[in-house]
Amino acid sequence: MPDSTALPAAIRPPLSELFFAFAQVSISGFGAALPWARRMIVDQKRWMTAEEFNETFALSQFLPGPNVINFSVVFGSRFGGVVGAAVALAGLLGPPLVIVTILATLYERFGDLETLGRILAGITAAATGLLVAVVAKMATPLFLERWNSAPVIAILAFVGVAIMHWPLPYVFLGLAPFSVGLAWVKR
Amino acid sequence: MNSSPLVIMAGYFAMLSLFAVGGANAAIPEMHRVAVEVTHWMSDRQFADMFAISQVSPGPNVIIVALIGYHVAGLAGAAVCITAMCGPTCALAFIVARTWDRFKDAPWRMAIQGGLVPLSLGLIAASAFVLARTADHNVYAGLVTAATAAVAFFTRINPLWLFAAAGVIGLSGWL
Repeated sequence: MPDSTALPAAIRPPLSELFFAFAQVSISGFGAALPWARRMIVDQKRWMTAEEFNETFALSQFLPGPNVINFSVVFGSRFGGVVGAAVALAGLLGPPLVIVTILATLYERFGDLETLGRILAGITAAATGLLVAVVAKMATPLFLERWNSAPVIAILAFVGVAIMHWPLPYVFLGLAPFSVGLAWVKR
Repeated sequence: MNSSPLVIMAGYFAMLSLFAVGGANAAIPEMHRVAVEVTHWMSDRQFADMFAISQVSPGPNVIIVALIGYHVAGLAGAAVCITAMCGPTCALAFIVARTWDRFKDAPWRMAIQGGLVPLSLGLIAASAFVLARTADHNVYAGLVTAATAAVAFFTRINPLWLFAAAGVIGLSGWL
C-alpha cells in the first residue's frame, strides 16, 4: 500500500497554484465537489494517485463537518502545513462566498427564483450523474480484485444509509470494526 | 449582549459543525428547525429559497450558512456564521491530518485506512442515490442523470459542458 504522506518537494507546486486549483474545483462544484476535486488532483495535476485520493477522502469523510472542506485542509496541510491548509481552504470558500453574496442581494431585491429553479433542476440532475460516474470509477479497482471483502462492506454501507435510512454514525460504528479488522488480517 | 443574533449564531454553528458528520446537507433539517421554528429568523419560504440559492451557486453546500447569516445580520452575519461553521472542524481536521501522517508506517494506520476506503465508497454511493431521488422526479431528469454518468465515465470531456446542456434542457421546462 503506497503511503500518502507529504508530497515530495519535486512535485510541490507554488501555493498560488494550490489556491487556484481549489477555487476552480469549488466554482465547478454545484453541490458535489468530489468529482471535480478528483478530476483536478488525480487526472489533471497528478498530485495524487487514485488510491491516495480515495484514502485521503475517506479520512476527510469521517471527520465532522463538510467533507470537501475537511479534504482541503488535510490536503493543504500535506502541501505546506498551516499555510497550505489555509490557502486551500481560502480557495475553496472565497470565490463561492462572493458569488453567493451577490445572489443573496439580488434575491432580497427581486425575489424571483422561477427561471433559476428550472435551470437548477437540469444542473442538479447532471451533477448527480457526475457523482454516479465517480462512484463507478472508485468502485472499479475494489470490485475487480479477487478474494476481497471491500465490495461487501461498501454494499452494506450503501444499503444501511440509502435503503434502510439508518443514522450514519450507527452504520459507521457498526461496520468500521469489521472493515478495519478484515484489512488488518489481509495486511 | 448574549441575546445578540451574532453571538447566538456563532455559538450555534460552532456546536453544529462538530455534529455534522455527513456534510452540510445532513444538517439542513436541524438548521431549518432553529432558523425557522425556534428563533423565527426567517419564514419557511425564505428558508426554502435560501436552500435553492445555496444549491444553484457554485461551491460547497455549507454556503447556506453564510446566506442565513447574511439574512439575519448582513455581511458581518455571513462572516461570523461561515467562520463558526468551519473553524472548529478545520482545526480538528488539521490536527488529525498531522497525527495521521506521523504514523504513516504503522500497521494499525494502514489497516484503518484500508478499512475506511470501502466504507467511504458505500457512503458516497448512498449520497448519490439520495441526490438522485430528489433531483430525478421524472423520466427526463433521470435520463439526464444517466446520460451524464455514462459520458463522464467513458470520456474525459469537461463536465461543465454537460452542466450547460442540462441547464438548457432544464430551462425548456421538461424537468
